[in-house]
Amino acid sequence: MDHKHVGSLHAADEKMAIENARDVYTRRMEGVSIWVVESRHIHASNPEDSGAFFDPAEDKVYRHPTFYDVPPEIKNM
Amino acid sequence: MSAEEINLQTRFDEKIENEARIEPRDWMPEAYRKTLIRQISQHAHSEVVGMLPEANWISRAPTLNRKKILLAKVQDEAGHGLYLYCAAETLGVSRDQMIADLLSGKAKYSSIFNYPTLTWADIGMIGWLVDGAAILNQVPLCRTSYGPYARAMVRVCKEESFHQRQGYESLIRLCEGSREQKEMAQDALNRWWWPTLMMFGPKDEESSNSELSMKWRIKRFSNDELRQRFVDITVPQAEFLGLTIPDPKLKWNEERGHYDFGEIDWEEFWKVVKGGGPCNKQRLDDRNKAHDNGAWVREAAMVYHEKRNRRLA
Repeated sequence: MDHKHVGSLHAADEKMAIENARDVYTRRMEGVSIWVVESRHIHASNPEDSGAFFDPAEDKVYRHPTFYDVPPEIKNM
Repeated sequence: MSAEEINLQTRFDEKIENEARIEPRDWMPEAYRKTLIRQISQHAHSEVVGMLPEANWISRAPTLNRKKILLAKVQDEAGHGLYLYCAAETLGVSRDQMIADLLSGKAKYSSIFNYPTLTWADIGMIGWLVDGAAILNQVPLCRTSYGPYARAMVRVCKEESFHQRQGYESLIRLCEGSREQKEMAQDALNRWWWPTLMMFGPKDEESSNSELSMKWRIKRFSNDELRQRFVDITVPQAEFLGLTIPDPKLKWNEERGHYDFGEIDWEEFWKVVKGGGPCNKQRLDDRNKAHDNGAWVREAAMVYHEKRNRRLA
């Protein structure tokens, strides 16, 4: 199941954090599963470095299945 | 400034110029950081204090439906306060410090919440006018230059539109109802119209904070622009209700393509901003009482958490 970051809150422990997250962030059925993690345990890539970090993947088209021509008579591939 | 600082300043200025977002770990001028801490925390305080005049009517809402709606609105506002406190914390200020500044009276919050809710119609009026004004202010903030603030505003705006619609719908009912109900609505409009116009702040030429705020793209439109937009949008809505806006100078100006309106009582504006409004003391007392009365809950939660940790260790 995909989990998306929706926000932060303060809580004494993880149980309170999940309950508070439910009370604040799922009021309009925005989600049916909650993960909470202490912010000190989150490590993020640096947006300033995104170029150097992610560009190399941009031109490696051969990693995609659509790059390859398989004759139409071939089934199941 | 050192060469390094000049370089950082230049890159910051370029980001602003290019409508790129400034994020928490980016270098920023101290003044930018400070003004944002002030603005975002005051915005958060406004949400939390704003819960008080409305919560006043939860126990006396005329129907169960209206009671549920009002509860939901007030709960939303607590959530908005949370998003904004969290956004402010990314700039290096602590939650405890912000709360302490609110409770001591050092921090400001939107003056509109220093007015009393005297009748049920006031609740509809707050939804229609006060939230309407807030929406006009907050939609442009979704494009403010500081990332966490802009993202918080996107969520707030989605929720705020129900706040305005429920208020307006409630007023439609009153205005379609008995003579007494319609008079109650008119009386509420008479008391809330001018304070709502004051929400947009001082006139542009007297707004000292605005220039830097606009240069740094924190603020996207001027006070007077937003105030004019609010009047233009709201007058037809009042006409639909069959209510009279308490401004004899209010008049459509064909040449300008806008409504002309009367002068705000700036003496009252500054008096309330400086702490002399009808409910300033009561609001602060209520917040302090809530904080003090809730202390045992915070203490119990922390002690329980520590106890669990010791047991699991």
